[in-house]
Amino acid sequence: MRIEVVVERCTGCGQCIESCPYTSIVIKDGKAFINEYCQFCRTCLSICPEGAIIEIAEEGDDTQKSEVRSHKSEYKGVWVFAEQREGKVVSVAHELLGAGRRLADELKTDLSAVLFGSTAEEAKELVKWGADKVYHCNSPFFEKFNDEPYSKLLTDLINKYKPEVVLAGATPIGRSFIPRVAAKVRTGLTADCTALEVDKDTGNLLQIRPAFGGNIMATIFCPDYRPQIATVRPRVMKKGAYDADRKGDIIPVSDENITSRTKVIESVKEGSACHVNLQEAEVIVSGGRGVGDPKGFKMLEELASLLEGTVGASRAAVDEGWIPYSHQVGQTGKTVCPKIYIACGISGAVQHLVGMQSSDIIIAINKNPDAPIFNAATYGIVGDINEVVPLLIKKIKEAKS
Amino acid sequence: MNIIVCVKQVPDTAEVRINPETNTLIREGVPSIINPYDLHAIEAALQLREKTGGKVTVITMGPPQAEDALREAISMGVDDVRLISDRAFAGADTWATSYTLYKAIEKLGYDIILCGKQAIDGDTAQVGPEVAEFLDIPHVSYVRKIDDVSKDLIKVQRLMDDGYDVVEASLPVLLTVVREINTPRLPSLKGKMAAKKAVIGKMDMKEIGADENNVGLKGSPTQVRKIFAPEAKTDRKMLHGSLEEQVSSLVEELRGLKCV
Repeated sequence: MRIEVVVERCTGCGQCIESCPYTSIVIKDGKAFINEYCQFCRTCLSICPEGAIIEIAEEGDDTQKSEVRSHKSEYKGVWVFAEQREGKVVSVAHELLGAGRRLADELKTDLSAVLFGSTAEEAKELVKWGADKVYHCNSPFFEKFNDEPYSKLLTDLINKYKPEVVLAGATPIGRSFIPRVAAKVRTGLTADCTALEVDKDTGNLLQIRPAFGGNIMATIFCPDYRPQIATVRPRVMKKGAYDADRKGDIIPVSDENITSRTKVIESVKEGSACHVNLQEAEVIVSGGRGVGDPKGFKMLEELASLLEGTVGASRAAVDEGWIPYSHQVGQTGKTVCPKIYIACGISGAVQHLVGMQSSDIIIAINKNPDAPIFNAATYGIVGDINEVVPLLIKKIKEAKS
Repeated sequence: MNIIVCVKQVPDTAEVRINPETNTLIREGVPSIINPYDLHAIEAALQLREKTGGKVTVITMGPPQAEDALREAISMGVDDVRLISDRAFAGADTWATSYTLYKAIEKLGYDIILCGKQAIDGDTAQVGPEVAEFLDIPHVSYVRKIDDVSKDLIKVQRLMDDGYDVVEASLPVLLTVVREINTPRLPSLKGKMAAKKAVIGKMDMKEIGADENNVGLKGSPTQVRKIFAPEAKTDRKMLHGSLEEQVSSLVEELRGLKCV
């Protein structure tokens, strides 16, 4: 397939240039020209007032794909890669089992979990969280995360059992080794999804994710290759139902012939005064450039501890060095979904909003009444945080006593 | 030591806004830049060269205008650049992009390959690890510090959710780097002059020896089905009155939520 400009019809008006999210249209000799950045998203087709941009099917488009398609029906079942840290399965795995269960039911297939380097007890827990089967490798070699052995073993399992969908958390671990799996298996991988749906007509997985720093959402699909692999952002999917009586099969997996050219020598935890895990917190008090200095964060810490919450930050505050990166919320930091998110002196750039906008209640405090954060907020207070926050602390203390 | 840096030319997403009526991006006046994380990869390469000697080559896959990104790299002081460009590469997803870069890198020769942790337009963070798999070499993602490097071993710190891991890897290796690793240098005057004069070396599909079924749209398993604007929130309440009153009503609301 190709997308082409019919030069005779093009007036060179340039409307298509702005419509293209990939900067792929340029004006050459007074006419629009589509270059190699084109991702075939077809946005420009409906924008052109002259109908000068058209889609052309090419010979060979179908012949190659039909070869792949003929194998597609062999792939069945939904898989969830259950990530563990220090032997404990992390909560994104439970969220993925929730999402995976829904997809498996829609596709009328079963749901399996894959667990490397953890205990039989943890494997059984995954069944209670919704898995019908658990592929479990308990080798101590997999306790620490290394990209090569993880990707080799998961690749082998995929090639042997042929699942149609594989989901993993969009964590530092999932985002690092799953790409190797996709490269090796020769299939599609969509990063950092925030929603997953099944296309009713084709059974294809529709993978929805933010792009361009969260400015737009894109629906990605993988029509001709299997499995369809996606990493899913933590704290976006709802956990599945936990059923202590649920029964399922644990299938042991051996790690023969698996080696690694990387070795983890040590793991260092970097805690700070507010030690609570951002992604587990129910209340987050977050600060941005408006906080002004590290001292300002002390004030936010006081508010957070009054509300039994923790402290987050925008990238601006982290870049200033006022608070460590582990507190950063947003596109390049963590995605959080607390009950209450209090944004103090954060203007609300999209890159920040994508990381916190699914919070139940958002409270924005900012001097600038036009700050975009107010568009995302449930409650907004226009004012200087150095006045508002101390007042809020005082009133909460009063309310408590 | 042969050091390759993979960079991408991207629109500066911090400047991008969406037109709510047409659901399309407003790109007017949005500059094309080197992906910011890739600048840290170039800086890391230059610092490695200072330590171990050798040659730094920056490559990018893109249309002819991606030359600008390579000129910027030259102005920072890299030894060589290559533009991997062919009409057949259009529509490449991360799989096809990684395959294409792998074929080019194989041709150029390498000991260490550096990439930014992700590009700010797609934010996938997939191309680095996929290139490593194609080359059948180890990789470490999210590197925030290079502790030590020798002829056949490298020791780095990998940023994790709650701290960092110290990881040792054998060479050749691919690293993706985060912002914490360094502060990229600014172009020197001499560098800018060199960038202006430089003739940019190009490689096309034939030269890198790529299979046409693995590049561009044809080689890409994933496709963009549609793009749309994110939903806006509708249930907001602005608080009114004096600051004191506003804060009081907020505390009341928090009380209602059993938070206080």
